[in-house]
Amino acid sequence: MTATLTKPPVDVPSEPEQPRRKMNVGAVLNWVATHAIGLALGLMFATPVVFVFLTAVMSDDQAFTSDLWPREWHWGNFVEVFDKAPLFQYLVNSLTYSLLATLGMLISSIPAAYALAKLKWRGRNVAFILVIGAMMLPPQVVAVPLYDTWSGLGLTGTLVPLIAPYFLFDAFSIFLLRQFMLTIPQSYVDAARVDGCSEFQALVRIIVPMAKPGIAATALFCFLFTWNDYFGPLLYTGEVKDQWTLSLALATFKGMHIVQWNSSMAVTFLTMIPAVVLFVFAQKSFVKGITFTGVKG
Amino acid sequence: MTATLGARPAPGRGRARARHRLAVLGFMAPALIGFVLFFGYPLVTTVVLSFTKYDLINPPEFNGLDNYTFMFKDPLLIKAITNTLWFVVVLTIARTVFALGVASVIARLKSGVGLIRTLCYLPSLAPPVAATLVFFMVMRPNGGPLDTVLGWFGVDSPLFFSDPAWAKPGITAIMLWISGDLMIIILAAILDVPQEQYEAAELDGAGPIRRWWHVTLPTISPVLLFGIVNSVILALQLFTQAVVAGSAGSGAADATGSTKYLGFPDNSTLTFPVYLYTQGFRYFDMGYAAAMATVLFVISFAATIVLVQRMRKNSTAEEGGPGA
Repeated sequence: MTATLTKPPVDVPSEPEQPRRKMNVGAVLNWVATHAIGLALGLMFATPVVFVFLTAVMSDDQAFTSDLWPREWHWGNFVEVFDKAPLFQYLVNSLTYSLLATLGMLISSIPAAYALAKLKWRGRNVAFILVIGAMMLPPQVVAVPLYDTWSGLGLTGTLVPLIAPYFLFDAFSIFLLRQFMLTIPQSYVDAARVDGCSEFQALVRIIVPMAKPGIAATALFCFLFTWNDYFGPLLYTGEVKDQWTLSLALATFKGMHIVQWNSSMAVTFLTMIPAVVLFVFAQKSFVKGITFTGVKG
Repeated sequence: MTATLGARPAPGRGRARARHRLAVLGFMAPALIGFVLFFGYPLVTTVVLSFTKYDLINPPEFNGLDNYTFMFKDPLLIKAITNTLWFVVVLTIARTVFALGVASVIARLKSGVGLIRTLCYLPSLAPPVAATLVFFMVMRPNGGPLDTVLGWFGVDSPLFFSDPAWAKPGITAIMLWISGDLMIIILAAILDVPQEQYEAAELDGAGPIRRWWHVTLPTISPVLLFGIVNSVILALQLFTQAVVAGSAGSGAADATGSTKYLGFPDNSTLTFPVYLYTQGFRYFDMGYAAAMATVLFVISFAATIVLVQRMRKNSTAEEGGPGA
């Protein structure tokens, strides 16, 4: 079902002429119109970021004006913002949160997804429905008791309440990994068992290597979700400035530097870079992962 | 899925079965503990706390249905519910139709697909805080890029995040800009529609629009249903964009300490989760916040059931097919 997504559009020849078809004017116009709309859509999505970038490199004075194009290119703005706020500290906090959470997620979710996808046991369907339920639950629903508990443990104001859950349970990752593992033929697992592998060996030697693209996609989504998270850091570290993540700091940066559009847009631009870099290097994983969340049951 | 039956330990081989059970238990143990700690326990506690008065310092005090009856007398809560309902209706329709439209255009492209698909998808990866600030800058009145461009055509730009009538449409625009994930899902479904169905419709003399209406739409309807449910859940949870738009719009210097900016302008961005957060974690009225959380839970539970049923239908259909 999903395999078809990545290949067809690219392989289709770019010339509209097919065998037996004479080029009529209607077809050409249709082609031009469709591609004009497509191009306009692409530009529409890109334009806001272009404006952000152009504003970020303007001088302090020009950023006040209604100019769209910078008179001088102040590349230094991207460096100066590091002096205006402890961005480096926020970057370290964001990386700590995202990397540790992703690591924890991999340790806890791969075995659970395997049990849900490839082992047969009573209660499996119920367990899977609970995973979906947890995935859909708005984080605000359970925030009050969780905050209460973490605060009782004296851990609010640190990144621990954000990271620790990933070492036990992350519903979305378990869901996504299970969907990937379902596509691995059962015969591989059975063959491993016949060869005398334990379930653990079958998981480590057979499933994990075969599920690498799925694991990569899940790790990417987990990293980006935590990188982009705002509610979690606001809830637990909002009062303790040196624990802020980039997303949380960015929300404040606009307030503190309200008059300086170039600085706030420079920081905004910088926080969007990791996602773009990850996407460029792992485009296929992204597209595959996204498709799996929607199309496959 | 049916193939797994063979993998089940044969009866009589007690040790193998015990080992199988142990493996399942071992693999599921962290998830089980995590589910109980971070979902089961807090869910039950939320419901319990919703019948109490609790400020996080003094022990909870039972007050019956007071929190729930107070909801009907709380004009801010009614405002928050109205705002969230606005998003549930407008955002769900706009996001599904927009993603379907963009995906339908991309599906018809013959060249440049990769580039345009990437351009449409990338914004959805941006941090929501950043995406909100992007639009806040682009849509700012008096000299913002959108204002300038509209000015070329002699149109006055709305005030967006400073105008109660335009703040929610402004947030909706942000949400459409970052709807690339739904677009990709719908695009995949459109490209999966069997080519023969189009050919059959073409033989019947159907033009491109009728083919889209009579072939594409019915075939991808399960995915559209997913998109609708997904958008409803997104709208129910809308928090980050509302908080950031409100704080940036009010010019508040402090995004975490003060409550005056929440819902700015004129409570038009005060969504249900934002109000829950304000009551619970700004005013420390945890009991009232827990009651709101219980209501939110019941509503999102209903949406989840719709989704689960759709997925079950889907997976039974797949199980019947070859190679499932």
